[in-house]
Amino acid sequence: MSEIIEVKNLTKKFGDFVAVDDISFEVNKGEIFAFLGPNGAGKSTTIKMLTTLLTPTQGTLTLDGHSVMKDSNAVRHSFGIVFQDPSLDDELTAYENMDLHGVLYRVPKALCKERIKQLLTLVELWDRKDNYVKEFSGGMKRRLEIARGLLHHPKILFLDEPTLGLDPQTRNHMWSYINDLNKSEGITVFFTTHYMEEAERIAGRIAIIDHGKIIASGTATELKSKTNTKSLEEAFLALTGKVIRDEEVGKVDRMRMMHSAWTKK
Amino acid sequence: MKTIYILWLRQLKRYFRSKSRMIGSLAQPLFFLLSLGYGFGPVFKQAGEGNYIQFLVPGIIGMSIIFTSIFSGMEIIWDRQFGFLKETLVAPVSRFNIMIGRTIGGATVATLQGTLVLLISFLIGFKPMNWSLIPVAIVVMLLSALLFTAMGTAIASKLDDMQGFQLIMNFLVMPLFFLSGAIFPLASAGILGKIANFDPLSYGVDALRSLLSGITHYGLATDFGILAIITIAFLALGSYFFSKIQI
Ligand SMILES: Nc1ncnc2c1ncn2[C@@H]1O[C@H](COP(=O)(O)OP(=O)(O)OP(=O)(O)O)[C@@H](O)[C@H]1O
Ligand SMILES: [Mg+2]
Repeated sequence: MSEIIEVKNLTKKFGDFVAVDDISFEVNKGEIFAFLGPNGAGKSTTIKMLTTLLTPTQGTLTLDGHSVMKDSNAVRHSFGIVFQDPSLDDELTAYENMDLHGVLYRVPKALCKERIKQLLTLVELWDRKDNYVKEFSGGMKRRLEIARGLLHHPKILFLDEPTLGLDPQTRNHMWSYINDLNKSEGITVFFTTHYMEEAERIAGRIAIIDHGKIIASGTATELKSKTNTKSLEEAFLALTGKVIRDEEVGKVDRMRMMHSAWTKK
Repeated sequence: MKTIYILWLRQLKRYFRSKSRMIGSLAQPLFFLLSLGYGFGPVFKQAGEGNYIQFLVPGIIGMSIIFTSIFSGMEIIWDRQFGFLKETLVAPVSRFNIMIGRTIGGATVATLQGTLVLLISFLIGFKPMNWSLIPVAIVVMLLSALLFTAMGTAIASKLDDMQGFQLIMNFLVMPLFFLSGAIFPLASAGILGKIANFDPLSYGVDALRSLLSGITHYGLATDFGILAIITIAFLALGSYFFSKIQI
């Protein structure tokens, strides 16, 4: 099998802080690959670099044979992504968001219409298609993000915590849809999640990242036998320790920023 | 091409759906027109400068264009905050096209706004010198609107958060407006008239004034030439900065 994602000695620093620390890995064509790690481990940062949104401090990234930094236009033709953070236009309707995506990714008109209906039905938003996104609940927005991410069929699909905040029904539907896509069209899937049973069930191979470094990788079975544990969750805890990560840092920082914004006046 | 169209359409939809923004951005020029127009009218006449409304209307159209355009250009900050910017930045279309689509959309909105102000000014007694020149005046509005939308885009591409927005409005847009000769004649303004030469809005306002009221300071050809050059420069700068955005 050939590699479709190649990461070599990738490092990202924000000022002095090293968010991603010299990681290397490959993902094979047609594989479902899970990228797991505690909060703040560097998963989203890695995905942002892979998807041309952030420039690495060091290292080389290759997607489908193209260098991500040098040939970012070509690279953008080969992937689709569902972001961890919201990325919808609140002032547009659900349908308009889908349609805009279809135009940006040049999905042929008729096919686009058909898929929009199919996907919005899948995530149970078809009867709300003409509502503005700002009127949606958090979970509904999340479902729309996923439907939109699946509208065009790229070679590689990045899913950054796609199931965050979704009910079990929707999660199951979504994963079986993605599994089918992977089987029928050979789409490579690269995803992150905090639901270990999800990763165990779906992923072929798994890499675990902590403090910006990859600390283990392999199939779920390999990780379990390596750590002598019975579930991926136990293996994950054995590898990353039980200390809770300072996931709130981001929020506190943001509050501090808001505060200084108010007081600056 | 379709990318440019869909992003243009998005800007228009956002504008027409935000009633408060539409009303707000019409109220401000109207307020200026009425208070300045009636307040300074008699003084202006006494100074032998003629009818102040005829002088002022093109300036207020310019004001409405610069405010609306820079605001539209800077909407990138909102899109970054609410996340939609990412969706366009990872799409397999050139960032140049994205920037152009947004910019033309923002400029169209600003031109509509400027045209509305012109229509309103008819109600308070403004008489265009020559009706057949109004389409040309609308072209000038579009050109200036492109210039300032691109300027807003260039600036917003370099800002990470909302804090910069007020700063830009107060320390860039306000001076550009007040120094442009939008509300006073540049010829008799001494040093201010010299400073105004460096303000792109001066040329937009002067071109409008020349076409709508038959009063000009630089001459229409100069106005057009300079506007065109600065517009191209800012489109280039805006698309360069836009292409370098990181999230
Ligand atoms: N723009 C930024 N500036 C400074 N630090 C950043 C920036 N983006 C991310 N970081 C830091 O980099 C580290 C990794 O963040 P990242 O978002 O990649 O984590 P993650 O693995 O996706 O975590 P989560 O599970 O919470 O989503 C964090 O400590 C975060 O605070
Ligand atoms: Mg993350």
